[in-house]
Amino acid sequence: MLPELVALTLLVALVAYTLTGGADFGGGVWDIFARGPRKAAQRQLIERALAPIWEANHVWLILVVVVLFVALPTAYAAISTALHIPLVLLLIGIVLRGAAFVFRTYDPTPGKGALRWRRVFAIASIVSPVFLGVILGALVTGDLRLDAEQRPTVGFIAAWAQPFPFLVGLFVLSLFAWLAAVYLTLEARDRELQRDFRLRAIIAGLCAGVLSLVVLVFAEEHAPRLAVHARGDVSGADQVLAPLMQIAVALLAVGALLALYLERYRWARVLAAGQVTLVVVGLGLAQWPYVIAPNLTFADALAPAGVVEPMLIVLAVATPILLVALAYLFKVFKSQQDEEQ
Amino acid sequence: MEDLVAARGQMAMSLAFHILFACAGIAMPLLMVLAERRYLKTGDPLDLELAKRWSKGVAILFAVGAVSGTVLSFELGLLFPEFMRFAGPIVGMPFSLEGFAFFLEAIGLGLYLYGWRRLSPRAHLASGVLVLVMGILSGLFVVTANAWMNTPTGFTLNAAGKVIDVDPLAAMLNPAAFTQCLHMTLSAFIAVGFAVAGIHALRLRRFPGSELDRRALKLALWVGGVAAVLQPISGDFSAKHVAEHQPVKLAAMEGQWNTERCAPLRIGGIPDETDHVTRFSIDIPCGLSFLGYGDFDAEVKGLLDFPESERPPVLVTHLSFQVMVGIGMTLAVTALLAGFLAWRKKALPTGRRFLLWLGLIGPLGLVAVEAGWMVTEVGRQPWVIKGILRTSDAVTPMPGLWLPFLMFTLLYLVLGVTATVLLKRHVFMAPTGVTHADTSPNEVA
Repeated sequence: MLPELVALTLLVALVAYTLTGGADFGGGVWDIFARGPRKAAQRQLIERALAPIWEANHVWLILVVVVLFVALPTAYAAISTALHIPLVLLLIGIVLRGAAFVFRTYDPTPGKGALRWRRVFAIASIVSPVFLGVILGALVTGDLRLDAEQRPTVGFIAAWAQPFPFLVGLFVLSLFAWLAAVYLTLEARDRELQRDFRLRAIIAGLCAGVLSLVVLVFAEEHAPRLAVHARGDVSGADQVLAPLMQIAVALLAVGALLALYLERYRWARVLAAGQVTLVVVGLGLAQWPYVIAPNLTFADALAPAGVVEPMLIVLAVATPILLVALAYLFKVFKSQQDEEQ
Repeated sequence: MEDLVAARGQMAMSLAFHILFACAGIAMPLLMVLAERRYLKTGDPLDLELAKRWSKGVAILFAVGAVSGTVLSFELGLLFPEFMRFAGPIVGMPFSLEGFAFFLEAIGLGLYLYGWRRLSPRAHLASGVLVLVMGILSGLFVVTANAWMNTPTGFTLNAAGKVIDVDPLAAMLNPAAFTQCLHMTLSAFIAVGFAVAGIHALRLRRFPGSELDRRALKLALWVGGVAAVLQPISGDFSAKHVAEHQPVKLAAMEGQWNTERCAPLRIGGIPDETDHVTRFSIDIPCGLSFLGYGDFDAEVKGLLDFPESERPPVLVTHLSFQVMVGIGMTLAVTALLAGFLAWRKKALPTGRRFLLWLGLIGPLGLVAVEAGWMVTEVGRQPWVIKGILRTSDAVTPMPGLWLPFLMFTLLYLVLGVTATVLLKRHVFMAPTGVTHADTSPNEVA
């Protein structure tokens, strides 16, 4: 039961991070693609949408890391060793994104300095999701091989410097950009600006759709477990569940695009968030029971029960408090805009 | 550069960088909340202005602290995977709790910085208090994990060297936790209180009529001063704790080479690590025996009683310790002096020479934080987990570690300089009058 609970905790935190922190990275993507007569207004909207919440959203990632090193210490050690390089690049991206965002907000001379930091913010917002995807992709392929003591045997490059992890990286980037654009249609107050992000959302949504197909095609060769799972070529409940999820993801994506086309933005947000949630859950199901597929299972990487149980109790007690605080934060900064629509 | 040296360098640099921002995250919210509370009582726009200015400082410092803290949570694994493999589960409890405290801190900060108009005055102040309390708690949880590295408890090693019977709560409440937490938290308030007081003292010296700076100085001096006067008591707890639980660290801190009764307290001095003597120190007879054990005749173990392979670098540990204590004493005496002058004049002392002195000693508290950190970290070497795991056995097999060390050093240099420039321009150099709320970036509605 404990491996399932730990995996579930990680999955929930990853979904939450994708839906919130992921969209914040997506905001940075649209900063660099700000175009047309409302260029400045687009950037201002992105800044206003991110400012009060990005630091809280970022903490989901820290939660993922903490759960990894507390409950799955050997997996954490193996991942940090074999994927040292993409992790360092991800970190540099995360540091620059956050710091640059604050620096440009607080630069009292909104001239050259602010401009430079805005650029850094935007580039870091593109680099970080790609490397996040590279890291996740490397856990799927089977290239991260371990010895009997669960230490990596593949050096520091082989496990990730492959086409497949980078494809996953691009896919993650497109998902984040898609979510951000959909959310921003609701944050915008004037119709023109709303339409700008509607167009961007539709483009990003189509890109994400195409990339998801490319990922699945490449998975046949590079991540066979994932491909087999996606086809429903497995035993047990997943045989039905996996194809069903594929269909649900496709339906939700089409629904979200349709809602955008019809300018029903609130529907678009619900459908897009649902679609992305199912994508992450689907990948999680395909990965189960492995942390590092197919070489290390959750059960084998698990810390002693005396450690994992108290951690889960802390999470169970603290999460409701956290959710109340988060709900309040979002209510204060996100609901007024809805009413003004 | 040898990889172990690079890994240790990167870890030390990252921690030394982060600790300054973490201290600011602990203590700046208190200043900001105190100013806002005053505003709610008096309705004076100057108090509001002060709260807003300080909150901008918090915003900049917190963001850099948050990202550099994220780096640390990864770096532990990137640089010392064997340490995390071993220790991750045992010290997981404080890190899980810290994750939540940090989460609530970030939520509170979002509400505080951007909620001036959207929240009721009371709810707004409450969000500031949330930032303060969660900032303190985050710091405490992280320090308990560090304390565990000094006095590891809460697990058993079986014959095969595997960890069994982990008790996460016992690990968190290890013997060093209380003294280290108390000492670190007080030092955050001292360092930040005196740094802020120093800046406003220099401003007040330049603009003697600035009421804003007068109030800022008063609040910051109270915060830093009270903590500075309490710190020697906490230091005494720490000394007695280290004497009992980490005798080799105590010996290194004091440059005590030979085991002796009635050991002297050395002030200053340079330990010679080849000849095994500490030269040029001023000795207070039997002082160390008394401070360590409460008995002038107590026996203090010397470094030579420990095998050479278990001794920390003595020179660095001793000098860092001297710097920390010297600064701590200077700040405590300054606090007492300020209190005495204020009591005699029945007003905040604002003599030009006193203001200059405050400006000069302003950065020292931060130096003391770094020095104290060096004492506890370098003084624990060659162990990463005292008596259990050597630092050299914990390091990653990854080659070429000088490169990430160099990259992160440059990155942090840029961040540190930028944050300082922004703070200077935005928070401390702005004109002394009341700025209009509408022009503040906090108020992007």
